[in-house]
Amino acid sequence: MARMTLIDAIRIAMDEELDRDTRVFITGEDVGPRGGVFRATQGLFDKYGATRVVDSPLAELSIVAVGIGAALADLRPICEIQFADFIHPAFNQIVNEAAKLYYRSDGQWRVPLVIRAPYGGGIGGGLYHSQSVEAFFAHVPGLKIVVPSTPQDAKGLLKSAVRDPNPVLYFEPKKGYRAIKGEVPDDDYTIPIGPARVAREGGDLSVFAYGMMAHYAEQAAEQVAQADGIDAEVIDLRTLLPVDKDAILNSIKKTNKALIVYEANHTMGYGAEVAAVIGDEGFEYLDGPIKRLTGPDVPAMPYSHAMQEFFMPNPTSIADAIRELAAY
Amino acid sequence: MSTITTARPSTHLNEQTLREMFWVMLLSRRLDERSWALHRQGKIAFHISGMGHEAAQVGSAFALNRGVDYTHPYYRDLALSLAMGLTPTDFMLSLFGKAGEPSSGARQMPSHFGSKRLNIVSGSAPVATQVPQAAGLAFAIKYKQTTGLVDPNDATQPRVALTSLGEGATSQGEWHEGMNWAGVHKLPFICLVQNNIYAISVPIESQMAVANVADRATAYGVTGVVVDGNDLLAVYDVMVEAVERAYAGEGATLVEAKTYRPVPHSSDDDDRSYRSRAEVEEWKQKDPINRFRDYLIAETILSPAQLDDYEHRARAEVDQAQAAAEATPDPAPEAALGDIYAPSEAV
Ligand SMILES: Cc1ncc(C[n+]2csc(CCOP(=O)(O)OP(=O)(O)O)c2C)c(N)n1
Ligand SMILES: [Mg+2]
Repeated sequence: MARMTLIDAIRIAMDEELDRDTRVFITGEDVGPRGGVFRATQGLFDKYGATRVVDSPLAELSIVAVGIGAALADLRPICEIQFADFIHPAFNQIVNEAAKLYYRSDGQWRVPLVIRAPYGGGIGGGLYHSQSVEAFFAHVPGLKIVVPSTPQDAKGLLKSAVRDPNPVLYFEPKKGYRAIKGEVPDDDYTIPIGPARVAREGGDLSVFAYGMMAHYAEQAAEQVAQADGIDAEVIDLRTLLPVDKDAILNSIKKTNKALIVYEANHTMGYGAEVAAVIGDEGFEYLDGPIKRLTGPDVPAMPYSHAMQEFFMPNPTSIADAIRELAAY
Repeated sequence: MSTITTARPSTHLNEQTLREMFWVMLLSRRLDERSWALHRQGKIAFHISGMGHEAAQVGSAFALNRGVDYTHPYYRDLALSLAMGLTPTDFMLSLFGKAGEPSSGARQMPSHFGSKRLNIVSGSAPVATQVPQAAGLAFAIKYKQTTGLVDPNDATQPRVALTSLGEGATSQGEWHEGMNWAGVHKLPFICLVQNNIYAISVPIESQMAVANVADRATAYGVTGVVVDGNDLLAVYDVMVEAVERAYAGEGATLVEAKTYRPVPHSSDDDDRSYRSRAEVEEWKQKDPINRFRDYLIAETILSPAQLDDYEHRARAEVDQAQAAAEATPDPAPEAALGDIYAPSEAV
């Protein structure tokens, strides 16, 4: 066990996977000598060389498409998109190609591809360095989507992503890169893609969140436990696709109330699906409205600190929403 | 950019191979004609044709290590796919959307060729998406050779990735990005552009301001070649050079084969609205199959009796393929629900 940051855990996972399997390589903008703009690949170029840690041209669709081609040829690419905001040029390759190749070839051609992308707000990134893009892709069967919120999960889930025979989008809460710290086992463990994690057990209501919001939700739950005696359960969804319906419904059976937190825009966000799962299959357990605490429906997160903080849910606003729902 | 090759590898082709090349073109044409007829009879929902492009495709295919080197073709590549090893029955199954259709299990429209066994990557409909993926295939070839995962001289492994598309599709950013990777990494990559001067109805001068697609090769640091796409052996010659360049680790080639589509874009198109009958007739005179047939006859590589026999066999194969497909059941409707995720243990 060692205590480390989220980004350290991500880098260690890649390091170990590069070491384990020669088929694994990394490509993306500035991933080479610079070690990535966030330093996720720091040191890997020196250790594995230019053949396996490859600075790409500044062109996202081909970062993904070349990854797809290499994956079809049985390599294990890890493609870094510098910011999730810049993944959109690759949308066609992800949605029409990576997600559909296995299906369209009747199960002949697999795409064992990982696409890593830092996402989310809170770092002064403005409209184009703060986006949460998960909902666009969560509508696409054939993709898997992972969002870690702890260093331990980050390492274990990234290893699973590299070893998965399907395209996995691995979204990293960039505000948590250095802010989130935790214990990480030293060994070569994996955490399966699929199951959510009960981050905090509780009986009064369930908070469903992922990424930075899962981290904040845990803080908020501690606050209301101490200040108000409310016992909130926090479910860190951590795999968004496939949806872990069982984890959602099991928690609702126990607590009968749901608060869903995500920092993306409100309408058609990932939490809408969580609400639909509960409304559809958990209706009889409900003792209150299914609530969502989210970013507002504006085109993107503004730069100004005041507006940015207004946009993003935080431990205080989550604690307020918990109190309100608990009182219902 | 070179337009003439001095070495003519085709002069080393034996007569049997020349006849085989002719056979694949002829079979493709007869299969294609039948497909149009089936559509007119209301038996199939859709057909998109490779007619007129056969020499560009077969000349290219025969320069490859067929069934081993990667191809990432497009919807016109019927003759190329037959040359790689797909069969008329495979194609008929796709036209009819029947169970066991080998490219996609009848999930895809016809002419979306693919076969893992033959290293033909399953294609999609959005044009040019295959180009940067083929750069990825070529990247993987080079990567495996560099890291020692495979021996560069192992002919049982793919040593080049060939992708193909129309000239209209080269307007896509995907094409640019794929060519750029191929150039930057000096990849064993060949892009075959089948320039038939139309993208559905839009003529080439509305697609590009340069005379040749291959003129752009310089901009990517790859070799560009223009070839008469209706001249089978000329295509073969430039392709052999491109393949040898790739095998030798000397980088990528952009081959532009000038050709024509003598039929509408697809079974949903009516080409009378955008081009004259005179133009179509003029190109029909330059038909690549007739041209190669005349050559083989003149050189006495093929006798008129053999030609009759080929025609007979082609008709019989197409008849058989059609009958087999018509006799095959539909896929189970629930097959729509399969193959979303590859199982983990498959890794
Ligand atoms: C991205 C995309 N846009 C539009 C289409 C519809 N479409 C199919 S083929 C085609 C024309 C392609 O022309 P070209 O690349 O020259 O190939 P050709 O059909 O002439 O062989 C168009 C517009 C498509 N398949 N994909
Ligand atoms: Mg065209």
